Amino acid sequence: MHPLPVLPDGRLEQRFSESKPAYSTAEAVTEANRCLYCVEAPCIKACPTGIDIPNFIHKISTGNTTGAARTILKENILGASCARVCPVEVLCAGACVYNAWGREPIAIGRLQRFATEETLETKSMASLMPAKKLPTGKKIALVGAGPASIAAAGLLALEGHQAVIFERKSIPGGLNSLGIAPYKQSGNQALEEMGWVFGLGDVELKTDVSVVAGQAGKGEVSTDALLKDFDAVFLGLGLGADSKLNLAGEGSAGVYGAVDLIEKIKADPALKLDNVRRALVIGGGNTAIDIAHELKLLGVADVAMVYRRGVDGMSGYVHELASARKHGVRLMEHRVVTEFLAESGKLTGVKLSRAENGKAVPGGEETLSCELVALAIGQATATTMAKGFPGLVLDKHGNITVDPKTQRTGHAKVWSGGDCVNGGKEVVNAVQEAKIAVRDIIRALGAK
Amino acid sequence: MADLSIDFCGIKSPNPFWLASAPPANSGPQVMRAFDAGWGGAVWKTLGDPVTNVTSRFWANDYGNTRMMGLNNIELITDRPLEVNLKEMYEVKKRYPKHALIASLMVETRENWKEIIKKAEDTGADGLELNFGCPHGMCERGMGSAVGQEPKVLEEITRWAMEYAKTPVIIKLTPNTGDINEPGEAAARGGAPAISLINTVKSLLGVDLDRYVPNPRVGNKSTNGGYCGPAVKPIALFMMSQLTKNPLTKHMAYSGIGGISNWRDAAEFIALGATSVQVCTAVMHYGYRIVEDMIEGLSDYLDSKGMKSVNELRGKAIGAYSEWGDLDLNYNLKARINPESCIGCNLCQVACMDGAHQCILIPGRTHEEHVKAGHTHIPDVIPEVPVKAAGAIGRFLPVIDDVECVGCNLCHLVCPVPGTISMVEVPGTIGKSETWNDRVAQGRDINPGSMESTLKKRGLLAK
Repeated sequence: MHPLPVLPDGRLEQRFSESKPAYSTAEAVTEANRCLYCVEAPCIKACPTGIDIPNFIHKISTGNTTGAARTILKENILGASCARVCPVEVLCAGACVYNAWGREPIAIGRLQRFATEETLETKSMASLMPAKKLPTGKKIALVGAGPASIAAAGLLALEGHQAVIFERKSIPGGLNSLGIAPYKQSGNQALEEMGWVFGLGDVELKTDVSVVAGQAGKGEVSTDALLKDFDAVFLGLGLGADSKLNLAGEGSAGVYGAVDLIEKIKADPALKLDNVRRALVIGGGNTAIDIAHELKLLGVADVAMVYRRGVDGMSGYVHELASARKHGVRLMEHRVVTEFLAESGKLTGVKLSRAENGKAVPGGEETLSCELVALAIGQATATTMAKGFPGLVLDKHGNITVDPKTQRTGHAKVWSGGDCVNGGKEVVNAVQEAKIAVRDIIRALGAK
Repeated sequence: MADLSIDFCGIKSPNPFWLASAPPANSGPQVMRAFDAGWGGAVWKTLGDPVTNVTSRFWANDYGNTRMMGLNNIELITDRPLEVNLKEMYEVKKRYPKHALIASLMVETRENWKEIIKKAEDTGADGLELNFGCPHGMCERGMGSAVGQEPKVLEEITRWAMEYAKTPVIIKLTPNTGDINEPGEAAARGGAPAISLINTVKSLLGVDLDRYVPNPRVGNKSTNGGYCGPAVKPIALFMMSQLTKNPLTKHMAYSGIGGISNWRDAAEFIALGATSVQVCTAVMHYGYRIVEDMIEGLSDYLDSKGMKSVNELRGKAIGAYSEWGDLDLNYNLKARINPESCIGCNLCQVACMDGAHQCILIPGRTHEEHVKAGHTHIPDVIPEVPVKAAGAIGRFLPVIDDVECVGCNLCHLVCPVPGTISMVEVPGTIGKSETWNDRVAQGRDINPGSMESTLKKRGLLAK
């Protein structure tokens, strides 16, 4: 399985610089010394994985950087990724007591990045974690190689279990390698961390393999086979394809799903944006803000977000929108696309309508030329495949139903976590759900 | 992971980190919580005839944004009944047999010492610490630092304790003395196997400028107290090093006390000869939890140095602590400023101009402006290297004039960005190693410009 793939050169992602660059030791220690080292700290409560943040920051301040990394990884095995990609503004740093005092909160994400990167540069992840237990002979299948499965595989490996990950794509990592805004984390950074986690024990990665309900064809494995061959199954499926508007002209070249387009920016050297003068992003969530921000930073002259309600109705983070607008992204509120215009199959513009309460209303129709549209209006959910596990229940949104105390599904041998359960949250949520699931898998396998 | 366990003149401890005799070791429940957090030992709050304490008791010295750089207290020894303390000590030792439990003692008469030593040892305590250090309240009653400041009295009481004690006796010394060797040697003569130091430094922390009463205030009055915390660490390191070098006292076991806040501080004390270290102020500030970083940090440090046990670190820096006369006069340093990290604050320049040797120049000035600024030597070429830091537009990297730089470290110390000003070794001006003591031995210990009376005394005055 090793080594993991390295993404090729010539990708648009490589043009980005980091929005929060790595701290030097001097910067990290200075910032760490600003931390009050609170007790019952609100930052810990705000962290979905419950990292003892004041403790790791105190350790940075004393020069015990290795200890700081241990404290982080103890609760969050993907602490290096989360340091870069977590929306700390609404999590730990947003809860910092300094906010209440009108002072700049501690840069927790950057300190976490310093501790993990600085340490893992010279030390193996295994040397920072509890000693790996003896092999148990138990095998766990993990479906989808996103952050939930990666985290679960690492934790299971430490327990002496064998973890086998099935990934339908060629590049593992899910949104952590293919969906994170490049100014936060590059695909190769995510893949490097994955290598560290796989080094913890018996982890096998099978790429280009789809898990299907029913009869398995070439490059496929059936859900029945997983249930038969493995002691437990963890579903870290993530979300599916970008949703569509189903309007005329939507199939034209130049109309992308936002998640798909971000993946191309990060992984596909063939993507070029040279002829794009105006790009429109449809949607108001974080994916919409991300792709708009990325297109702007890539030099597209005019990038506008088209949103069917007002700014207050947007689900994206306020700090992300502010950052995107600072870099020149425009926001068109109360507008919906009604038609895609194309010439010879190539997108040339859109028809827009004024909207009230998110719905198109007559009057105020306009035509806007553009060369690219990114649809960020949601993603499909899992999946016909999930139906291959008898007893597994999907909720009305199509998310997998689990017991939140155990992350166990309706099938006794199947656990699940990450976006396919929570509907699309952060990497840190996926890690926490994986932690809970692994704890219960260990209990369940031990009880047999 | 390196072995942190120690044997302190017979007292076994899982690690060298002990709570000092102070408020954090005031009661059984506290000490047990501390052991649960990872502390290897505790020296109980000093036992004796219970006192009455006042309100308030503490005041702190802040410096800039740093709270409690130094802490001052006027609290006395334990104010709890002796039997209560003894009962709790017994319980602690029973529940934590592998941890080090030391009884700190302070009483007056020989009969008092005999009685309290027996009672303390009956709890199962591993050792005794005689408190000859407290510099406030108790010393006026002839105890604490009043003993530590009188070597003969200290020696006599030490002999009493050695006569009555079955467990190791540690003499806790006060820093409020002219020469720490005198009480240290007295403790050795008295037969004690161990010394702990320093107790607090006699201090008066500040004055309330509205009430004209010093702090901490007790109604309309205050009193001098004992100063501790990070501010006193250098004093403690110096005093302990005096004794760990002294041929009459270096055989003893040392428990280092004074401003120890993290693993690094502890490692420094150990490198200068301490077997255990004691902590108070940092716990009073941040709680018992700090020991996690101390254990982990020290262990990782030992690993990084290839040391298998903390015992390998002990005393490693004693040999390099020498007297001034043995320092190499040929050793030479010059300051270097890193253009990658300089932020252009020019604090190094003002410090050097007014506090050192006028060797840092700000580029872009005319020759006349340099003269007016106070430079007496102006290099022919003063390169104008722009400061690279974002936002530092139009500022130049300060320039070190090697002709004038004496390598004093001041610029390196005032620079707010660690790692920006480094001191690099350059060839010395003498050409070979030479110490002042060498010159004394050769009769060359007279420099140009000496006083006439000195030259006359040495027979060097030209007629």
